[in-house]
Amino acid sequence: MTSPKHARILLLFAHPAYQRSRINHALIEAVQDIDGLSLHDLYEQYADGFIDARREQALLQEHEVIVAQHPLYWFSCPPLLRLWQDTVLTNGFAYGQGGTALAGKRWLSVVSTGGGTFDDLHCEPERFAVEELLHPFEAASDLCGMHWEAPFVVHGGHALGMEALAQHAADYRARLLDLREGLTPPLHAAHDRAAGA
Amino acid sequence: MDHGTWLAQACIFLAAAVVSVPLAKRLGLGSVLGYLLAGALIGPHVLGLLGEPEGVMHVAEFGVVIMLFLIGLEIRPSYLWQMRAAILGLGGAQVVVTTLAVAGVALACGLVWQHALAIGMIAAMSSTAIVLQSLRERGLDSSQPGRAAFSVLLFQDIAVIPMLALLPLLATQRSAAQAEAVHASLIASLPDWAQALVVLGAVGGIVVAGRYALRPVFRYIASTGLREIFTATALLLVVGVALLMQAVGLSAALGAFVAGVVLADSEFRHELESDIEPFRGLLLGLFFISVGASIDFALLAAHPLLILALVAALVLIKTGVLYLLARLFQDSHADAMLLALCLAQGGEFAFVLFAFAESARVLDAGITAPLVLAVALSMAATPLLFLVAQRLRGKPAARQRPDEAIDNHHPQVIIAGFGRFGQIVGRLLRTNGYRSSVLDHSADQIELVRRFGNQASYGDASRMDLLRAAGAETAQAIVIAIDDEERASQIVESVRKHFPHLKVLARAYDRRHLYELRKMGAHVVERETFAGAVKLGEHALRLLGMRAHQAHRAAQIFTHYDSDLIERLEPYWGDLENYRSQLGRQTADVEELMRQDGAAFHLGQAQHGWDAEPEAEASSATGGQMATSPHRP
Repeated sequence: MTSPKHARILLLFAHPAYQRSRINHALIEAVQDIDGLSLHDLYEQYADGFIDARREQALLQEHEVIVAQHPLYWFSCPPLLRLWQDTVLTNGFAYGQGGTALAGKRWLSVVSTGGGTFDDLHCEPERFAVEELLHPFEAASDLCGMHWEAPFVVHGGHALGMEALAQHAADYRARLLDLREGLTPPLHAAHDRAAGA
Repeated sequence: MDHGTWLAQACIFLAAAVVSVPLAKRLGLGSVLGYLLAGALIGPHVLGLLGEPEGVMHVAEFGVVIMLFLIGLEIRPSYLWQMRAAILGLGGAQVVVTTLAVAGVALACGLVWQHALAIGMIAAMSSTAIVLQSLRERGLDSSQPGRAAFSVLLFQDIAVIPMLALLPLLATQRSAAQAEAVHASLIASLPDWAQALVVLGAVGGIVVAGRYALRPVFRYIASTGLREIFTATALLLVVGVALLMQAVGLSAALGAFVAGVVLADSEFRHELESDIEPFRGLLLGLFFISVGASIDFALLAAHPLLILALVAALVLIKTGVLYLLARLFQDSHADAMLLALCLAQGGEFAFVLFAFAESARVLDAGITAPLVLAVALSMAATPLLFLVAQRLRGKPAARQRPDEAIDNHHPQVIIAGFGRFGQIVGRLLRTNGYRSSVLDHSADQIELVRRFGNQASYGDASRMDLLRAAGAETAQAIVIAIDDEERASQIVESVRKHFPHLKVLARAYDRRHLYELRKMGAHVVERETFAGAVKLGEHALRLLGMRAHQAHRAAQIFTHYDSDLIERLEPYWGDLENYRSQLGRQTADVEELMRQDGAAFHLGQAQHGWDAEPEAEASSATGGQMATSPHRP
């Protein structure tokens, strides 16, 4: 079944309370059996916060599409994913002199929020679009010479009904399958902005 | 009985059981029917191989005594409390309604009300031995109807106490002969109310003695470490209680039941269970055989219609009453049917109560003989009724949804060894809401642990029967936390063999022991001092001036590479020479890796890559400076 023309997907999943998240269960279950996808559950693998950088770097090199799936905590990612960036995306590997290991790969951020949209949080939506909050990831993607994909965002995970959950899960699966086949062009190619890094 | 005949009798019993029980099981009839058939076959009315079936019956009744002791042991007072609705509601209703229904029919047949009531009460009993054995054999003991059946049987077992007290009051003819008749009872000369008082007093005495005297005795015996003496003590207890009960004119089985319940909360419960279990199995088999042998085919041949009508009436009335009650208690049709059919037979208590009623001059032999026969036949019919019930219930009878099979008293984890190590594991599990069952071989330790409100049992975890009694068959994991290296390895090996579904977590003394435990099949092994030593090392680093986070990362890196080293060396373990040379080489390799990675990790992730070169590591590890330089602006 595995054909060499498929891109391989590394799904970096970071959720400190996965056992309570319906939306993330639905999303993970919808995609985990995709051929060529490696599910890498960071909070399960590194419960004590000790990240094996050698192993992580080897994993990154084995995949062409990097998907980071996480809830939005305090308008950012949970700390282990942030720690993962510090530990794994090192100078000489991901950026800097000789740091080309990730160049040309695609990065997709998959983000869920528990509440509604930011309206519910009394924020002005136009000031705090999720896409904007993900700017640090976009910048990191650029720095590493990666292609930034339009983020996949699910709002209001707590309140979603079964049907809505199933719809999001199906959309997610379709999105990853497209990515695997290289069907969707990235939002912007790395070379547009990576030069600035 | 001389020695020769005794051996010959034993030989006949064993041969009959060995031949017929496996055959009956193979045919899907269950072991109980096998025993009954064997008994009927060798009994006085067919082959006539048995010298004196009454004598055998007496020995065999001791099997029922032991069974009730064991049933009592399984019924912790707290569990009893949990099931109170089912026991009092369904159980109470079954006994009362069945008693009245049977008594009504008997009245209609022209008996006096005292006789009718006595027969009604006795007919309300079902056979604990047959039903529980059959339920267990078919994997139904944790199903909803299985638990309902248990509740009803339990209420019946308890109801025997007031019945034994009530029956003498129903006597229609009093005579001087009664004094000798009641089992040569010491209290038979007392008036009825005094007898009732003595009965209650005796039961109360067992409860009080069990609470306050038995546990210290068992603790003392356990501290000698002699297993066979422990078994002897347990048997002595059961026999002693049986004798005491007979002395006051009560059923020995009842006393044993009460003694069991009293000890159900004690730490010796599992040990007692597995020590006495083999006696129960064999004696119960003997009991079923003697029930089979007591089927009086002559009486059956003389009045076949009467006897069959009695059996049919008994089974139909009991089934009908219980089915209606179960529906009232909101069971489904299929569950109610299974429950009703499996409890439709007369019970072994019926034999006891008929004998008692006869000796108390409540009923005479002319009435009891056909009834005893009907009860025996209804018991023999039970396995067939089970087949009918299961057929009605459809195929998936034995396989309930898995969560239904999980009982509150089934532990999820067994902890073997509850000293310094096991206690910490146990506390962590308990504070997170998981149920564990604890075994320790030191009676003193158990006493201490229980004082703090923990559930713990006395026993040697290397005995598989004890682990089974502690719940190994339904648990998910076992933690082997004992401090005896060799025994720990043995336990791991035999647990993997006997309970392949259990995840095994083991405490290792050192690296060598860790390899051995893994070889025996342990799933997870931790060295007992490793985590503590690393932690203390981390504290030392801090005292030497390292920042807390840096010291913590250093400890994590060390732990990571140490387990790496363990993996690398595992293939060489067992070959001492090779292992030693590899130990040096691999350790050097790993320590070199550790040094390299130290630069990348342990100064804090914030530093590496952005500004520091790996070589800077040696100097920056010296003190509590702000080693974590900020990110690039």
